[in-house]
Amino acid sequence: MYAFHEGGGIPVVDPTSADGVFSLLWLVIALPLAGAAVLLIGGKYTDRWGHLLGTALPIGSFAISLAMFISLLGRDDNDRQVVQELYTWFQTGHLDVGMDLLYDPLSALFLLLITGVGSLIHVYSIGYMAHDPRRRRFFAYLNLFVAAMLMLVLSENYLGLFLGWEGVGLASYLLIGFWQHKPSAAAAAKKAFVINRVGDMGLSLSIMLFFITFGSTSFTVISAGAGEASQTTMTILGLLLLLGACGKSAQFPLQAWLLDAMEGPTPVSALIHAATMVTAGVYLIVRSNFVFDLAPDAQTVVVIVAVISLLWGAWIGCAKDDIKKALAGSTMSQIGYMMLGAGLGTAGYAFAIFHLLTHGFFKANMFLGAGSVMHGMDDDVDMRHYGALRKMMPVTFLTFAMGYLAIIGFPGFSGFWSKDKIIETALAENWLVGLCALLGAGITGFYMTRMMLMTFFTDKRWEKDVHPHESPSVMTVPLIVLAALSVLGGVMIAGDWIVDFLAPVTGVAPHEDPPLPALAITVIAVCVVAVGVALAWFLIGKREVPREAPQDVSWVTKAGREEVYGNQINDTLVVNPGRELTTALLITDKYVVDGVFTGGPVALGGFAGFARRVQNGFVRTYALSILGGALLVALALLAVNLA
Amino acid sequence: MSDVTPFVVLSGILFTIGCVGVLTRRNAIVVFMCVELMLNASNLALVAFAKQHGNLDGQIAAFFVMVVAAAEVVIGLAIIMTIFRTRRSASVDDASLLKY
Repeated sequence: MYAFHEGGGIPVVDPTSADGVFSLLWLVIALPLAGAAVLLIGGKYTDRWGHLLGTALPIGSFAISLAMFISLLGRDDNDRQVVQELYTWFQTGHLDVGMDLLYDPLSALFLLLITGVGSLIHVYSIGYMAHDPRRRRFFAYLNLFVAAMLMLVLSENYLGLFLGWEGVGLASYLLIGFWQHKPSAAAAAKKAFVINRVGDMGLSLSIMLFFITFGSTSFTVISAGAGEASQTTMTILGLLLLLGACGKSAQFPLQAWLLDAMEGPTPVSALIHAATMVTAGVYLIVRSNFVFDLAPDAQTVVVIVAVISLLWGAWIGCAKDDIKKALAGSTMSQIGYMMLGAGLGTAGYAFAIFHLLTHGFFKANMFLGAGSVMHGMDDDVDMRHYGALRKMMPVTFLTFAMGYLAIIGFPGFSGFWSKDKIIETALAENWLVGLCALLGAGITGFYMTRMMLMTFFTDKRWEKDVHPHESPSVMTVPLIVLAALSVLGGVMIAGDWIVDFLAPVTGVAPHEDPPLPALAITVIAVCVVAVGVALAWFLIGKREVPREAPQDVSWVTKAGREEVYGNQINDTLVVNPGRELTTALLITDKYVVDGVFTGGPVALGGFAGFARRVQNGFVRTYALSILGGALLVALALLAVNLA
Repeated sequence: MSDVTPFVVLSGILFTIGCVGVLTRRNAIVVFMCVELMLNASNLALVAFAKQHGNLDGQIAAFFVMVVAAAEVVIGLAIIMTIFRTRRSASVDDASLLKY
């Protein structure tokens, strides 16, 4: 059953209890969780078959998700929210938190994305990690991640969501630092973890505020009572949730960890840092639509953050020579688009999720493709050492090309439909935001073409002892499947299917006419992209690519290589003042606080050192002091008796 | 009731001599004798005051002092003997190791 608040179009979560195939909901999480437990506890005894178990379990989850999805489609529109109450997680005072799972159109789509793309990446990892002695542990962490991510999108309350949120953070930390013998990987893992703390603080504060305001953290309760809270409360809640989303989704100003996170194995970058975990922030905002719909100021901030992030990420993507880092910049930029969609409110939620899904397909595809290239190039990530790989790796090239066409928005491919919708909605909302989104699309065309040219076209620039070769089929088959999804993902928008499907969660937007006809916007967007592509062709494709990155470049390139000084800004504003503060505190502690407490004893010790000189060992001195003491006593007695 | 003033004065003189001896002499034997002198001075004072008050309290106390003094002589002389044997000297200033 779903209902709307009177007046506003804000949907109320009002689920029915789970039966039939939906009673298997808990298994979706339990399967990968059990996999992680078996592989971690079983230790080296599971080395031989661990990767097979670790792959089979997410596939099992995918099968259940698919069955539930089909069953959900068979239901009436008004009957598409199902809740499964597993047990009371904890109960204290007025806080009663149940381990409840909510299955609705939004979580249904996420379930398919996480288990589907996740399974493909598990299969791919069998080949990619084949020579790694710690492969079993890798699969254990991947399973842990899948379980946590599913918990995140299935929980019916914010506390359960937070459990999954921290779970994916942990898995991300473990997997970024998977090659822990590399100091850079260990540092990157720590950096991701620390920056995510900032975002998590926002999310946990918002959960506390939810509890104070509504007496519960359940979506059902909060969405029903959303209208009663003051707008200030809602704005604060929205900003806190946005802070959480920024941390997890690498949005400005908490974006600096994502580029470093590429230290992890490539399947991790594909699954966690492109397709699923980093999009959790978008999920959080869309899921909390009942908050943001009542907080227009918070929505404005979401849009600003999104626009900054999408241009910032695109800028980085243009300048990086490391193929994974260029893709990471692109991820940040594309998530900026999703956030933009989510910030536009009811009109944009469905498109944000649509872009999230298509991006999950084509970006996972391209990351895995980049992994395949690295596999053939002895783990070299520098695109300046690639070139002309299309003949050596035909399958990788073709699948990567599908992803490429999808992300730049080539007409007919999945990214074309999803990005176009967001640009269109943004233009209808605010022309400046829309123009920025258009500009971003042009830059996307530029940097993706640059990547494509430097990797697969131009002259070959390999090291002498490198022999590029196509990857085994265990790696190419997932690529082919993802490439097909990248091409066909746009089918979800046919007849506005995804908009209607998500309406029970996101609400129905009043129809608003864009300033220009939709077709005109599409044509303009395609033209802008074409300009970007052509620019890349003239700047890179027509020239010789140097093997060493040239140093005499414009400040724009320099800034891009430095990730638009994100790290320097963090260092100046936070890290260095923090260090100085701790140094100051340390000095205060050592000399002021310790001084107060040790000062007394030290003074006493000094006095004792002086006073002990009285004990000089001469009997006659002692005798004199005894005489003096006796005289004193005698005089005192006399004084008392005579007085 | 008789006048005991001369005895008390004598006791004071003897005590003072003993005191000064203890404080100024270095020879352990002499110091020891001075201590004995002080004890006897106090005995004399006790007996004199007992005579003045007409009871036996002071005299009994004097007996106690004598007993203690005898015991002290036994131990004190033994210690001085031992010190002299090890150090070949009976100066109290030489035995000053036990200090800060």
